[in-house]
Amino acid sequence: MSHADPTAAPVAGQDTALLTVSGLRKSFGDHEVLRSIDLEVRPGQVLALIGPSGSGKTTVLRSLNGLESPDDGRITVGHDLTVDFSRPVPKRDLGLLRDSSAMVFQHYNLFPHMTVLQNIVEGPIQVQKRSRPEAVAEAERLLARVGLADKRDSYPFELSGGQQQRVGIVRALAMRPRVLLFDEPTSALDPELVGDVLAVIKELSDEGWTMVIVTHELGFAREVADEVVFMDQGVVVERGAPEVVLGEPTQDRTRQFVRRLANRL
Amino acid sequence: MDWNLVGNSLWPIVKGAVIGTIPVALASFVLGLALGLLVALMRLSSVSAVSGLARAYVSVIRGTPLLVQLFVIFYGLPSVGLTISPWPSAIIAFSLNVGGYAAEVIRAAIQSVPKGQWEAAHMIGMSSRLALRRIILPQAARVSVPPLSNTFISLVKDTSLASLILVTELFRQAQEIAAFSQAFMALYLEAAIVYWVVCLFLSGGQSLVERRLDRYVAR
Repeated sequence: MSHADPTAAPVAGQDTALLTVSGLRKSFGDHEVLRSIDLEVRPGQVLALIGPSGSGKTTVLRSLNGLESPDDGRITVGHDLTVDFSRPVPKRDLGLLRDSSAMVFQHYNLFPHMTVLQNIVEGPIQVQKRSRPEAVAEAERLLARVGLADKRDSYPFELSGGQQQRVGIVRALAMRPRVLLFDEPTSALDPELVGDVLAVIKELSDEGWTMVIVTHELGFAREVADEVVFMDQGVVVERGAPEVVLGEPTQDRTRQFVRRLANRL
Repeated sequence: MDWNLVGNSLWPIVKGAVIGTIPVALASFVLGLALGLLVALMRLSSVSAVSGLARAYVSVIRGTPLLVQLFVIFYGLPSVGLTISPWPSAIIAFSLNVGGYAAEVIRAAIQSVPKGQWEAAHMIGMSSRLALRRIILPQAARVSVPPLSNTFISLVKDTSLASLILVTELFRQAQEIAAFSQAFMALYLEAAIVYWVVCLFLSGGQSLVERRLDRYVAR
């Protein structure tokens, strides 16, 4: 659990972290949800964040997308952006942090008054000012990839949960982020719909997307993640290769958590 | 009942609706809606002076009779040196009144949109202003249509109060003919029926708008 040396010059190449989190702290009132979190995500890496509810894993993820503002700590993206939460964060930095990643939400959060296609091109057209024909062409290509080409003109309420979540993934991809963030992407789904969504995420990881996934699907984490981070009560308890953290954890708390989830299934 | 009189007075009454009641109601509703949106956003502001001001405005408007508001503007303001003629007075009073009620409707509608919608909007890089315009208000609009339709229908009927500050709208036309002919029952019933017909059309319009906005909601 080493702190990244803040004075070290960034090293070029695969080993340079795309995303570095250091000393992240956050309290809601008296409750400390994050007590100094350090994380590193390299380009193309898939990081799975696991842990009991209330462990702070979702708060970490939301901080990466600027949806939560930590009280202290730093988030660095590539070479060009460091957001320091110990001081008031300039709006511009928060915007850049948001632009660097895109999030897939547990409850999809699609825009119900827009069709599938409108949901996907809204950000590219309204925010990134890309041309409509280009944005639409890209959206159609992405929709076809997740098997939803024929749903482009449907409204979200006409889709199943699994289909909505795949649209949620396409909406995130269409923003061309550097990092994809998934907040328990299958937790709200009926069991028989989970597979389709996980298959899409697996494909994205095979393509080399950098991803941070908060999940309760330990089997999936094992299959898709390069590194698993187990959090409990606002601290990182254990991190490492999935076979180790999920297979032979060294910490008691990890062992208990993994066993509890395994028994539940 | 003097059917001849009823027939002859129909046109003046309808004319009062067309050149008085309906334009005053429409202008006041549009202005009131804009004001209501502004006040609703002020009430949601995190700056307590701003939200307090909005709260005070809503409280005064809802806590005083519309007739009194109308009289303060038309009969009261001249004594402090501000004289406004009948038509603008009516539109100002009705707009301020609608603004107070619409503000509460719009505020509740904005708050009824799930937080996740704001988050998704921010996720795709939207500023709060853009999120409000593109994501939140369209959804709030759907929720607001039934209560705002109520506000509008009430307003159409309340414009009859403008007859008391000399605006020649529907009811004042009826009153004048009634005073002249002494056929109070016939003329006031006739006025009531014309109001009712106007409101029937408005209810129909409300259904159309609701159906249009409900197209993205599961039934």
